[in-house]
Amino acid sequence: MALLDVSHLTMHYTTKMGDVHAVDDVSFKVDVGQALGLVGESGCGKTSVAMSLMKLLPDNARILAGKIVFEGLDLVPLPEEKVRKIRWKGISMVFQAAMNSLNPVYRVGDQIIEAIQQHLPLSIEEARAKVAKLYTLVEMDPKLMDRYPHEYSGGMKQRAIIAMALACDPKLIIADEPTTALDVIVQDRILHRIDEIRKELNMAMMYISHDIAVIAEVSDVIGVMYAGRLVEFADTVTIFKRPVHPYTIALMSAFPSIKGEKRPLVHLPGEPPDLLNPPQGCRFHPRCQYATTICREQVPPYQELESGHYVACWNPQREGGANARA
Amino acid sequence: MPGRELVRVEGLTKYFPVKKRLFFSRTRSFIHAVEDVTFTVQKGEIFGLVGESGCGKTTTGKLLVKLYEPTRGSIHLGGQDVVQIRRGDRLREFRRRVQMIFQDPYESLNPRMTIFDIVAEPLAVQGVRSLAEREQRVADLLSKVGLTPPETFMFRYPHELSGGQRQRVAIARAMVVNPEFVAADEPTSMLDVSIRAGVMKLLLELREVLNVSYLYITHDLAVARYMCDRLAVMYLGKVVEIGPAEGVIQEPLHPYTRALIAAVPVPDPTYKREPVEIKGDVSAPIDPPSYCRFLPRCPIGDATCKGLPHPSLKEVRAGHFVACHKL
Repeated sequence: MALLDVSHLTMHYTTKMGDVHAVDDVSFKVDVGQALGLVGESGCGKTSVAMSLMKLLPDNARILAGKIVFEGLDLVPLPEEKVRKIRWKGISMVFQAAMNSLNPVYRVGDQIIEAIQQHLPLSIEEARAKVAKLYTLVEMDPKLMDRYPHEYSGGMKQRAIIAMALACDPKLIIADEPTTALDVIVQDRILHRIDEIRKELNMAMMYISHDIAVIAEVSDVIGVMYAGRLVEFADTVTIFKRPVHPYTIALMSAFPSIKGEKRPLVHLPGEPPDLLNPPQGCRFHPRCQYATTICREQVPPYQELESGHYVACWNPQREGGANARA
Repeated sequence: MPGRELVRVEGLTKYFPVKKRLFFSRTRSFIHAVEDVTFTVQKGEIFGLVGESGCGKTTTGKLLVKLYEPTRGSIHLGGQDVVQIRRGDRLREFRRRVQMIFQDPYESLNPRMTIFDIVAEPLAVQGVRSLAEREQRVADLLSKVGLTPPETFMFRYPHELSGGQRQRVAIARAMVVNPEFVAADEPTSMLDVSIRAGVMKLLLELREVLNVSYLYITHDLAVARYMCDRLAVMYLGKVVEIGPAEGVIQEPLHPYTRALIAAVPVPDPTYKREPVEIKGDVSAPIDPPSYCRFLPRCPIGDATCKGLPHPSLKEVRAGHFVACHKL
């Protein structure tokens, strides 16, 4: 049984201008100990998916359909007090730019202790010992827990945030752009350490990023999102070597790499659609070079092309992978 | 493509004073943001500056466009000493020849001005009085940067445009006065992948069409590889390696460059990167030691390096220079 089973998740934000179709009919599974990468550009709904899983949505958000089954329990209809029991202990999250949200007037360690005591019945001493252990796990000197955030570098703050996410031994951590603000050398170390911890603790990870190179390095399976929909889902090698959705192919060819032959970058014309008023049919059709009449009229079903490889496209490009990444 | 020399930078140095807490202390500390940087940019060339945050790449860019004045060193543009230029007509002429594109198109465009006013403003500063001529120039530039048809963009405001379109406006504003040299500071790092490739291609096209040279500042080595003819790698205010872009990226020589390149994730799950061999974090370049600034993190440095001053650049391969005692 999958640890997390999301099926047909649909979530809209109500605004004065109308409904924003942020997440539409998204389905995927995460197994115990597995690393899932969710990629897509800004506004494609990847953070909205994460916030729905944590049930940390603003007042104007409504989950219209779908199930979020975590360890056999559907979180969608669950009342807030029951969700609180799962949050942090079952699923925890490293929020985007979380390192900038540490309170500057409290010691970093105390902030983690506070989070622990909210969820576990531990005394201050026990919680301190726990934080010391977590600091060692993220490769920081436990003495640093009595320092203030301004005494930390960017990489240290991010490590502290990861320690906080690990504090209640979650089964799944959602990491939203965990290394985006960091320099490459620090990013490399932190990504490696998270990956090692995941394997040591047999914990599942869900990485959210716009950077396909980062996702390539740390994920077992990858979901590609476009305009609120999951358009392709497969294991990492398949997504990179044999992508079939025209958007995935375009994303791969638009991404520069420092290795391999220097191919000209392919530029995808147009811009992602306005989700207040998404295009009819396939949401990618206005930018798709393979679009046909059916693409403009009907939403392509999200279906399994071959074992474990899902795609939502009327004209999947089986030869696409050869063009994308030779 | 590279022809004659356009920009010559020699011994460029910029210190920023740091405030100390001691009230009556006479000793002043300085951040050595850029120290003894020397390079040239050829006509029509794209010269890249890469490095991590705080390495001095943006400060170097700002020195070149005279947003900062150097502490020491010289900058020549087409043979003319630009450090001496202070004000008046000569500064105005300099600003016509040298422009800058900033990182964040949400910050760099005045929200109260229309696109026409934004792009036409440099023309007004340069004394183009005729409205018809300004309209003509703005329309021409907007089509060149891909904002077509220009009439539909001219009288809109920045908030009506997407990030990619805004950055195109910022590029049009820089190019409208026909500059010879443009410093572009992370011009694509705020943009999404599918939009970014378009802006990168636009900058490459404009180089051909307008015969402009760029100083291209970026932290992203993969982007630098696609954009630049030559690259300089900076570490704590010093250039540690300089050479042809493909040579620096495929066969890096300096241990810092090697680590930097090894740390870049590769969008290919079957590719195994080499391990990153440096330890520790970048310190701030406040009153740095006289020996090699990279020594505290260097995997190949030893006691002999500590006894020597910071290494100067030496040519190891044709056109490929490196600052290291061990190479």
